[in-house]
Amino acid sequence: MTPMVSDPEAPAAAVAADVRRAERTDRVVSLVQRQGALAVLVVVVLVATASFPNFRSFDNAATVLVAAAPLALIALGMTFVIITGGIDLSVGSLYVLGGVVSAYASQWGVLPAFLAPLVICGLVGVLNGILIAYTRMAPFIVTLAALLGARGLMRAISDEGSTTYLVQSDAFRSFGTGSFLGIGYPVWLVVVVFALGMVLLARTRFGHSVYAVGGSEDAAALMGVAVRRTKVWVYVMSGLLAGLAGAINAAKLGSGVTVLGIGLELDAIAAVVIGGTLLTGGAGTITGTIAGVLLLGVIQNMINQVGNVPSSYQQLISGGFLAVVVVAQTYLAKLRRVT
Amino acid sequence: MALLEVVDVAKEFPGVRALDGVSFALRPGEVHALVGENGAGKSTLIKVLTGVYQPDGGELRYRDEPVRFGTPMDAQRAGISTIYQEVNLIPLMSVAHNLFLGREPRTRLGLLDEGRMYREAGEILRRYGVTTDVRRQLGTLALGAQQMVALARAVMIDAKVVIMDEPTSSLEPREVETLFGVIRDLHAQGIGIVYVSHRLDELYRICDTVTILRDGRVVHTGKLAELERIRLVSLMLGRDMSAVRREGFTGFTGEHATAADAAPVLEVTGLTSRHKLHDIGFAVRPGEVVGLGGLLGAGRSETIKAIGGAYPVDSGTVAVGGKELKRPTTVRAVRAGIATQPEDRKAEGIVPGLSVRENIALAVLPRLSRFGLVSDRKIDEIVRTYMDRLQIKASGPDQRVGDLSGGNQQKVLLARLLATRPRVLLLDEPTRGIDVGAKAEVQSLIDELAGEGLGVVLVSSDAEELIEGADRVVVLRDGAVVGELRGADVTTEALLETIAAAAVVEDSGDQ
Amino acid sequence: MTSESVATRPGVDLARIKAWLPAYGVYAAIVLLVLYNVAFTPNFLAWGNLRIQLIQVAPVVIVALGMALVIGTEGIDLSVGSVMALAAALIPLYLGYGVIAAILISLIAGVLVGLVNGTLVARVGLQPIVATLALFVGGRGLALVISGGQLKDIGNDDLIFLGSGDFLGLPMLVWIAALLVLVVAFIVRRTVFGRRLLAIGGNRPATELAGVPVKRVLITVYVICSVLASIAGLLAVARIQSSDASAVGLLIELSAITAVVVGGTPLTGGRVRVLGTVAGALLMQLVVATMIKHNLPSSSTEMVQAAIILIAVYAARERKSR
Repeated sequence: MTPMVSDPEAPAAAVAADVRRAERTDRVVSLVQRQGALAVLVVVVLVATASFPNFRSFDNAATVLVAAAPLALIALGMTFVIITGGIDLSVGSLYVLGGVVSAYASQWGVLPAFLAPLVICGLVGVLNGILIAYTRMAPFIVTLAALLGARGLMRAISDEGSTTYLVQSDAFRSFGTGSFLGIGYPVWLVVVVFALGMVLLARTRFGHSVYAVGGSEDAAALMGVAVRRTKVWVYVMSGLLAGLAGAINAAKLGSGVTVLGIGLELDAIAAVVIGGTLLTGGAGTITGTIAGVLLLGVIQNMINQVGNVPSSYQQLISGGFLAVVVVAQTYLAKLRRVT
Repeated sequence: MALLEVVDVAKEFPGVRALDGVSFALRPGEVHALVGENGAGKSTLIKVLTGVYQPDGGELRYRDEPVRFGTPMDAQRAGISTIYQEVNLIPLMSVAHNLFLGREPRTRLGLLDEGRMYREAGEILRRYGVTTDVRRQLGTLALGAQQMVALARAVMIDAKVVIMDEPTSSLEPREVETLFGVIRDLHAQGIGIVYVSHRLDELYRICDTVTILRDGRVVHTGKLAELERIRLVSLMLGRDMSAVRREGFTGFTGEHATAADAAPVLEVTGLTSRHKLHDIGFAVRPGEVVGLGGLLGAGRSETIKAIGGAYPVDSGTVAVGGKELKRPTTVRAVRAGIATQPEDRKAEGIVPGLSVRENIALAVLPRLSRFGLVSDRKIDEIVRTYMDRLQIKASGPDQRVGDLSGGNQQKVLLARLLATRPRVLLLDEPTRGIDVGAKAEVQSLIDELAGEGLGVVLVSSDAEELIEGADRVVVLRDGAVVGELRGADVTTEALLETIAAAAVVEDSGDQ
Repeated sequence: MTSESVATRPGVDLARIKAWLPAYGVYAAIVLLVLYNVAFTPNFLAWGNLRIQLIQVAPVVIVALGMALVIGTEGIDLSVGSVMALAAALIPLYLGYGVIAAILISLIAGVLVGLVNGTLVARVGLQPIVATLALFVGGRGLALVISGGQLKDIGNDDLIFLGSGDFLGLPMLVWIAALLVLVVAFIVRRTVFGRRLLAIGGNRPATELAGVPVKRVLITVYVICSVLASIAGLLAVARIQSSDASAVGLLIELSAITAVVVGGTPLTGGRVRVLGTVAGALLMQLVVATMIKHNLPSSSTEMVQAAIILIAVYAARERKSR
């Protein structure tokens, strides 16, 4: 009879072809979303290798990596936070705070130099997490307050920033400057932490709750995910990693420098977003974040190679990258929804 | 023996009695239809059954024991699974991860065993007719497939009761068959199913028992096979005599004087939107109230919104006073003289944080201003006019609209629409959730406006309201026009028959 | 779907306090702090001191005004500091064509940034925080590229007058800031645009359905915010008599957001408190000044600022969720 209102039955073969095409589009788009940053990184590295004879030297590569180490750690924590749909603005301050605390604690040995910043920055993370998860205040504003609070704390410890604590422990100092197989210890540490982070995010129930919370908080709660606990943990992780980054930097520089870290939180966010993680939450990868961090580092390095180009181009280029990436992501997401 | 049961349950919200002495029992292996129009109390009852709401009175019993579900998780752990109309999964995660979230298979090291997960997910979903790659993001699947994943997940967790809220609203006919196959399996396993749907043919095919809710009360419960379609529809839509005695008839007075040969003020032709609207067309003459009839999900709200420029259409035209709207947007629609009252007053109607004055003036600010500066004198004039005319009860024009009663919020919204001096008024459930007095006032206002020569399109789930308010009723089903009632045919019986008959037609056309 | 309470509410007094605190708490705090300072801080009322406080707070006020409008639409603009830097970098380049030309160019730069931000938010549909992050990062980079990373001294007397001169006994900066406060307050209260902006923040779908050109309004809001930031940028150049693109407006987005939030404008949109924003900026300035006068370390001021932000947002949250 005539008034059939549901879709006219298409021939089965055509439907199957449609489905296959949709799946193919989806796979391509998904690949671009997840690995686009890596591809750009490869291209940029190739260009740099071709253009600058010094770029391909082993030493230069090692320099890029060591310089990128603190940002990499902070961006790792930020990746978890952003996947839950949150944001952590306090990490720049925590990084500096961690460095000062670490240098101060190094008078008691290597272990305190690592543990003290972890404890203090971890506690700030706990505070962030609890306020965000339980009072439902916006992550943006809570961590903005933590940014100020942590900076105040750092200055209180360092006599208003006038005292620079020198690293007292030689062992700790040598961790920052020494190397293994020609690559600095900090880089090895970052590699280990990233490996752990990847396993945590991709292969554990916790990692999947992180995705679920960011994907849809209400649905996650209905599916039995411990939403609030997951949120607290990601902010704790972010705090811990910022503290660790500070400690590494203290070891590298031999002192707890009080003026670094302004705007570092936004660099970290930029690296994460360039790496394909959605600021709206629910999707993202750690490999993307690595690519994002390295991309920023390589661009900086290239600019240094050119010599007479001011380093300000780096900000301009990262800003441009960021704009292209977020707009591209929006359209890619629309493309996927259509299929 | 009942598997899940509520006895004499009551639930009240400020100003609304959502459930009033409702009793409902689900037996093992039973497919129990739960039907009623919007606002009848279905969703409240479901939420009481699944621990989202705590009942104010009465008892909840599960396997013959009194229980209390504090959260949805409590109910889920006890074995009550719910599949919501809006798929409640994580669209950005893969199909397999959605299926297994929180119960993923793990290796000895405590890490997720992804290989096993993908394998098992594929096997499970094949039984539900989903053959897609389980690594794909859930959100990229068709809605029907997503619904199947939700169903598979719900059944996987040792469910004893599965509650399905409009499970077929986004399914293709083929997928509906798969769903019914799954339901028969569950039935055979002794699992109890609560099936909420407005598709009568589906109800009669799959359900054993039916409970009909209206105005927060059970109006009928019993074997579905013993209940005629027409009787079922009239129980859902009609109001019983006791309610009429209590609340009085509608505020409508009857026919409107419309010149039969007058040129239409609104002409809709060929409105089509993928999966939702199919070639909808009708015309409204000045002074005429045209009702849009049909059950929930028939496409009434989508039609209203599409005309008002707020719902994307693939094709079709809307013309006001003979002039076609180019690429309709809300801005152009309002300018052309179309005023839309959306169904969801809170989400799309009022601006709760602003005052009565600002809410009424919102759509007409340019007219009440010069060089972009608003004239408070002109605004006050308009606001006073409409507050008087609609008898809006507020402490003053400066009161926050969010603090008013539902009826007064609705009147503020109508005042905003009228202030634009529209030629066409689109009303989607204008009297839902407002008290009896305000209801009659709004109804007589609609009469009055039609009398002034406006073209009105009226959507209502209340059959009496539709019949008494409208001069003509266009009946929709599954997004298409299936009939029209005119003149002496505009009766509750004819409306119910058309709605029920349409289902029969579909039944035979399905083969 | 919790419906608003219609029934009579017990505990109205508590509710009233909760509603009062975010709206007027900032004024009360200022009064208390001023009284305290008058009593315990030597020379607090000295004109020289008040003058310095006003000059310091003026740029924050100007930027916060634009931020308040953006937040009123449930948005945020992180790029204001970079816009200030951009304006500062452009000034010395075009000063050769006259003060007016230089000022116009930097204002046009503000308009362009605002157009980009607004388009990304309203048309592309990005979250405001993401949309403005790109220009936050890139804008300052552009400013540094334009200025070659150099600090440039400004010798133009007309421009310096704007930043350092006095008019009727008050610094020009203060006059300009006061004028802009009046303009923005006027926009919010008296114009069609202002009322539409609030409606968008209060309920965007409803506003769209009422036939308001939502996208156009949103883009305009971001343009206004950027233009105000570029005004603040060129005034900063005029005040310090040199253009330093790496320092101008650094972290001002945080101070501006703080002023807006402390002033009682909810982050959830639908309401803009212009005078509250001014008061919020003044309060934060007073806190810092008070602590400095009493030789409290500046580290504790930052912690106090953090606490004030949290209290303000928490108080506003309570009111909203009721």
